[in-house]
Amino acid sequence: MHVFRDRKSLLMLFGLPIVQIVLFGFALTNEIKNSKIAVLDYSKDNVTRAITHEIEASRYFEIAINATNKNEIEETFKKNKIKSAIIFPSDFENKLYHLHKARVQIIADASDPNTATTLVNYLTSIIQNYWKEKISTAAVPLQIIPEVRMLYNPELKSAQNFVPGVIALVLMLVCVMMTSISIVREKELGTMEVLLVSPFKPILVILSKAVPYLALSLVNLIVILVLSVYALGLPINGSIVLLFAVSMLYIITALSLGLLISTSTASQQTAMLLSLMGMLLPTILFAGFMFPIENMPLPLKIFSNVVPAKWFYIIVKSIMIKGLGIESIWKETLILLVMTLLLLILSLKKFKVRLA
Amino acid sequence: MRTIFFLLRKEFKQIFRNRALLPLIFVAPILQLLILPLAANYEVKNINLAVVDHDKSPYSQKLISKIMASGYFKLSGYYEGYDVAFHQIEKDEADLILEIPDHFERNIVKENTEKIFLAVNAINGTKANLGGAYLIQVLADFNSQIRMEWKQQSRFNEAPTIEVMHSNWYNPMMNFRYFMVPGILAVLVTMIGSYMTALNIVKEKEIGTIEQINVTPIRKHHFILGKLIPFWVLGIFVFSFGLFVVSFLVYGIIPQGNLFLLYGFLAVYLVGILGFGLLISTYCDTQQQAMSVSFFFVMIFMLMSGLFTPIDSMPSWAKAISQLSPVTYFIEVMRMIVLKGSSFADIKYHFVAIVGFSVLLMGWAILNYRKTM
Amino acid sequence: MRETVISTNQLTKQFGDFIATNKITFEVYKGEIFGFLGANGAGKTTAMRMLCGLSKPSSGHATVAGFDVNTQPEEIKKNIGYMSQKFSLYEDLTITENIEFFGGIYGLTNKQIAEKSKDLIERLGLVKAKDQLVGSLPLGWKQKLSFSIAILHQPKVVFLDEPTGGVDPVTRRQFWDMLYQATENGITVFVTTHYMDEAEYCNRVSIMVDGKIEALDSPDGLKKQFNANSMDEVFYQLARSAKRSDN
Repeated sequence: MHVFRDRKSLLMLFGLPIVQIVLFGFALTNEIKNSKIAVLDYSKDNVTRAITHEIEASRYFEIAINATNKNEIEETFKKNKIKSAIIFPSDFENKLYHLHKARVQIIADASDPNTATTLVNYLTSIIQNYWKEKISTAAVPLQIIPEVRMLYNPELKSAQNFVPGVIALVLMLVCVMMTSISIVREKELGTMEVLLVSPFKPILVILSKAVPYLALSLVNLIVILVLSVYALGLPINGSIVLLFAVSMLYIITALSLGLLISTSTASQQTAMLLSLMGMLLPTILFAGFMFPIENMPLPLKIFSNVVPAKWFYIIVKSIMIKGLGIESIWKETLILLVMTLLLLILSLKKFKVRLA
Repeated sequence: MRTIFFLLRKEFKQIFRNRALLPLIFVAPILQLLILPLAANYEVKNINLAVVDHDKSPYSQKLISKIMASGYFKLSGYYEGYDVAFHQIEKDEADLILEIPDHFERNIVKENTEKIFLAVNAINGTKANLGGAYLIQVLADFNSQIRMEWKQQSRFNEAPTIEVMHSNWYNPMMNFRYFMVPGILAVLVTMIGSYMTALNIVKEKEIGTIEQINVTPIRKHHFILGKLIPFWVLGIFVFSFGLFVVSFLVYGIIPQGNLFLLYGFLAVYLVGILGFGLLISTYCDTQQQAMSVSFFFVMIFMLMSGLFTPIDSMPSWAKAISQLSPVTYFIEVMRMIVLKGSSFADIKYHFVAIVGFSVLLMGWAILNYRKTM
Repeated sequence: MRETVISTNQLTKQFGDFIATNKITFEVYKGEIFGFLGANGAGKTTAMRMLCGLSKPSSGHATVAGFDVNTQPEEIKKNIGYMSQKFSLYEDLTITENIEFFGGIYGLTNKQIAEKSKDLIERLGLVKAKDQLVGSLPLGWKQKLSFSIAILHQPKVVFLDEPTGGVDPVTRRQFWDMLYQATENGITVFVTTHYMDEAEYCNRVSIMVDGKIEALDSPDGLKKQFNANSMDEVFYQLARSAKRSDN
């Protein structure tokens, strides 16, 4: 078990998952909180003051400046001090009561389009809600009241989406990297030759390499799950046994991928580069947790199907968060199984060819 | 000066002769710039909508066709009941359920008010939030539309309304690529600068040539300059290529601000990043170590830099970390200058910060280099 | 009295509790081949690194080519050549490019570089291979080239750290011929080796055991002193008493 002797590998093995879980779970979110806003109030009447107060009171916004003219707003935008601005024209209250209509203008920094859309939506609903309450409901006829229920994740936390993806990512990286590097290292040192001239069959040699990593990866999985449940408050709604069974399959998929890489590379450095860069980017891009696959152009969409993490991500999400059983994920599991078999056969073949 | 000339000539020859490194410097960034913005598209569209219409009235039909016409939604199908529709959500075939109650039309007209039920798959918070918001917007429009119809029959007095107008500055087409491309370009320059420098120097350590260099009369600062200048030049070159060829020709992004300002900032930034690469190399003995260490840092830098998720949304400890990474400033400045046309006065604090980082990283690296090699 | 090129006095290097080089004192004269022997871990490389200005002594003094190791390492570097046990030319540069580079950083003029490189390439019989990458040369050639480049700038002393490891006997012989040639040009050779037949070729030999110099004389003198038939026996008698080794 020289795996344990290598401190740096161990650090990588357990440090990486923990750092990633913490980052993705706590730090990376799309929720809008305390977004800086500029207020330009030409009217300064009761209504505009009340609306400004409502905005200030909401947890989404924080008033950064009270501007006195439009130039000031533009300058503040350019300094990146605000993400949005709201402008009340003069005589706002007067117009509202006498002309029955008054306009308020919202400007959003659309260099980040999603944040901009969200900010506009929040501001609009703050203003409308305030006004609806002010003029009693009876006055507004023919009302359709939408009742919204957020399924699975009522607080709209990012962790629900990211953590299953991080599980897929971390297991993939760790397994592929560890197997490929350890086998290539033996090749480099020449100890592989020693093992191969011994009476063991190649398949046994490979198994003996893979089993410790399988065990380590399971430990890793437990660490990640414990962190997600106790630190991030994620549920495991489905069956834990099923989750472990499928994870085991996925780990074997990753190990076979590592094996394949190791049979095709000669130096530890190439193995490392291939498993880090070659695995990291496709997994982050195409697993579906960072970027929506449905928005991608067709060739990329098709490519995403060969990324094992995509299927595992769907499975983890279904079991952990949606609480579904095997009947809903058998298709994805089957795909992973087929991938694993193909990878294993391919790498065994390559392994034998090198021996011949 | 002559020593530096010989060092530079050697470095450039080696860089252009390295079959493994060259593609990494030139091909990888172009591929990443081309693929990442296509893939990294958070735009919320194609929201799959499952409809449960208990009413089947003209009103409910009108509402559904109005929702479909908004362009954000894709109909996954009509379902008999909520349970059936919910199953679609479980299978990820639908993101959103719209349930229109029985007697929807009649109740609006008679009771003057009626509820409508939305269930959103909120595992992906952003999508749920925006999807829900879009639908509510459409609903509100629909609501005022029917109100107008009734008003014309003048059954009601007009109530005062606040009309909210909004404009999207700096990116009126709401093109997500405008947001991603400058950021990705910044990250690419960072990766090349730190990674290549660290690997290059550690390689000399590993194969022992640095020992040979150390017994020659080459001054340490000459050697460092000889190492850093080529990568500084390469960084500028890759950046220009990304900015003019990929970002301008492929994505049509025209930098709004002053190019000299952009390059000035880049020049200082690269000094810091190269210093970072040098620093890593002084702590590592093998290329493998250097690779894992720089990988680890670049990963954290990238995730915490606001490239993908807004820094404003981070908890304060994470914000503090992101403020400690030079990448954060560069990405912000890139977006400010390229998209908003910010001037030097607008980015002067960023500039001070980046000068500070550069001095700190480079100084630390050089001190440590002197001590360890 | 012969001119002294290297002289050390109580030179010591300590890493924590470990005394790698323990108060060594010796002199090396101009134009001689000085063999610096010792078992693995005896402290040879450490001593050599101090003499090259690569690491500072913990205590004691030494001068190389008339310059103080403690205070003038940069001056020393201009006047020495060095060839380490790891092959240390750039494998991704051609022979000519390596010569130009090292010539350049030792401050030779372009004209000198051109002349010397032509001369060197002809002497080594590498005319056809001059634009080949150094990495593609056989090990023996690499080492000969490496040595030639180490003395390109006519240093006063050249330090060789196990220069002939892994090379066949014929090439080793040729390599030693090159060393003799260098001494004829007034270059002093300071060499470490594990091959006892090579020790016989040296003018004088020192043997280090556990950080100390236990014997120093000509090979014949040492054989007499230890009542032995070969340097092998001398070395064995001394190394047997060693307490440390790096394996």
